[in-house]
Amino acid sequence: MSVSKIKATVFSQEQLASDVFSMWLEVGSIASEAKPGQFISVYSNDDSKLLPRPISICEIDREKGRLRIVYRVVGYGTKEFSGCKAGDTLEIMGPLGNGYTLKKDKAILVAGGIGVPPMLELAKELDCEKTIVLGYRDELFLNKEFEQYGKVVIATEDGSCGTKGNVLDAIRAESVDGQVIYSCGPTPMLRALKQYAADKGIEAWISLEEKMACGIGACLACVCKSKDVDHHTNVHNKRICKDGPVFNAQEVEL
Amino acid sequence: MNTKVNLAGVELKNPVMVASGTFGSGAEYSEFVDLNRLGSVVTKGVASVPWPGNPAPRIAETASGMLNAIGLQNPGIDLFSKRDLPFLEKYDTKVIVNVCGHSTEEYLDVVERLADEPRVDMLEINISCPNVKEGGIAFGQDPKAVEAITKAVKAKAKQPIIMKLSPNVTDITVMAKAAEAGGADCLSLINTLTGMKIDIERQTFAIANKTGGLSGPAVKPVAVRMVYQVANAVKIPIIGMGGICTAEDAMEFILAGATAVSIGTANFTNPYTTVEVIDGIEAYMRRHGVEDINELIGLVK
Repeated sequence: MSVSKIKATVFSQEQLASDVFSMWLEVGSIASEAKPGQFISVYSNDDSKLLPRPISICEIDREKGRLRIVYRVVGYGTKEFSGCKAGDTLEIMGPLGNGYTLKKDKAILVAGGIGVPPMLELAKELDCEKTIVLGYRDELFLNKEFEQYGKVVIATEDGSCGTKGNVLDAIRAESVDGQVIYSCGPTPMLRALKQYAADKGIEAWISLEEKMACGIGACLACVCKSKDVDHHTNVHNKRICKDGPVFNAQEVEL
Repeated sequence: MNTKVNLAGVELKNPVMVASGTFGSGAEYSEFVDLNRLGSVVTKGVASVPWPGNPAPRIAETASGMLNAIGLQNPGIDLFSKRDLPFLEKYDTKVIVNVCGHSTEEYLDVVERLADEPRVDMLEINISCPNVKEGGIAFGQDPKAVEAITKAVKAKAKQPIIMKLSPNVTDITVMAKAAEAGGADCLSLINTLTGMKIDIERQTFAIANKTGGLSGPAVKPVAVRMVYQVANAVKIPIIGMGGICTAEDAMEFILAGATAVSIGTANFTNPYTTVEVIDGIEAYMRRHGVEDINELIGLVK
């Protein structure tokens, strides 16, 4: 697997929710290398912004050489990206990170907020029985697109759709079951899922995020705590960009 | 055209190096650049035992710069010698190992361990680490401590030593002279400038350590000024760094008195920066009809 840094062309961009945008990028061979759960580093066109923004891959079109990213505007960089139109260019590096290991076991895909996007390509590529549990604060996005890949269960904090509460409330309310959990979302959600999976005695794969600089494992900015001494760092730290972002929940401390 | 430069008897094929901590030990960046092209690879700081570093978040972006407080996380000298040095063995570039410690003894442990490593061409001593025995003030902020640690390292080291100076001082030439008096073979500057960023939405510090080291183009004018001052205060060669992104940036440092230059933060923005700077320096020399890079070192008085 090789990583490259290229100038990608924006193929299309649309707004999905009040601060959530969907962008398809022409990325050539990066698409054929990419796997669900991996991410790309997206660089600002403003030279005064030095660091790339790590954004998860939402969908992969290997045939056309395109990647889709769905991202929330949270600061200057993502605001700039949201203003890009078809034909504009952005420097990107990828594919980065390890991605999910696809298993055949009955799966529960659990995502919260801006952790929802990477689950779409995963749902598409997972060849097994699966339930997709999506948690939102209030405004829904991407949920309709999941329906073609499996049963979709929704949780909203304000109760405007599906179960009122969080993803675990929805899992319990809908009696969702499976042998393996794949997840991406805010840390409190991942922490609760890790516990849930341990109680049930099932595997859980979680995708973490942290502020990143190099994106390739050199700078040690984006570490998480690991249960055991990591073979590379030789301390209780794993590099999210390189060893992750997907980890077996048992190997990391949240 | 000659781009070779000499650092205390160690000949670099060109003056372009990398700044410690921004390049690992080269393995990750070897996917992007041919390490054989670099004047030198400077490794991430290594200590006598593994250091876990600081809690995350460890970095924050700032205007034309970034703050970092990695906390010198490193795997310790044992694993470093077993894994990182053999990796660098296969490349035709000079290897400079950055050394950190919390006490003189910890520095000396590493220096002694590296003394018989043939692959190590030079040592760079990071004296911005807090001296635990002296209440946590960095070695590099007290001229007496700078001279003492330099002397102690010099007595044990088998390779030439580079003392890496902190810019967080009133007069960096005082520290430079102290290092020279202690027997330093070479100086590198500048380390990062201590800064802070507040996350106004979360109403807390942007990085967990509260303060972090500022690097990137934002610090370049400060770094060029300090290199110029130090070049006029000492006789030993200087490695200049601080916000270098282009060959033009590198030339500023060389003209100000640096014999070599290091690329740091720019590696994160563009992993090809080192080779682009090497090519750019050659283009600059052609454009100015310069046969030997050494003619340009400290040309601006």
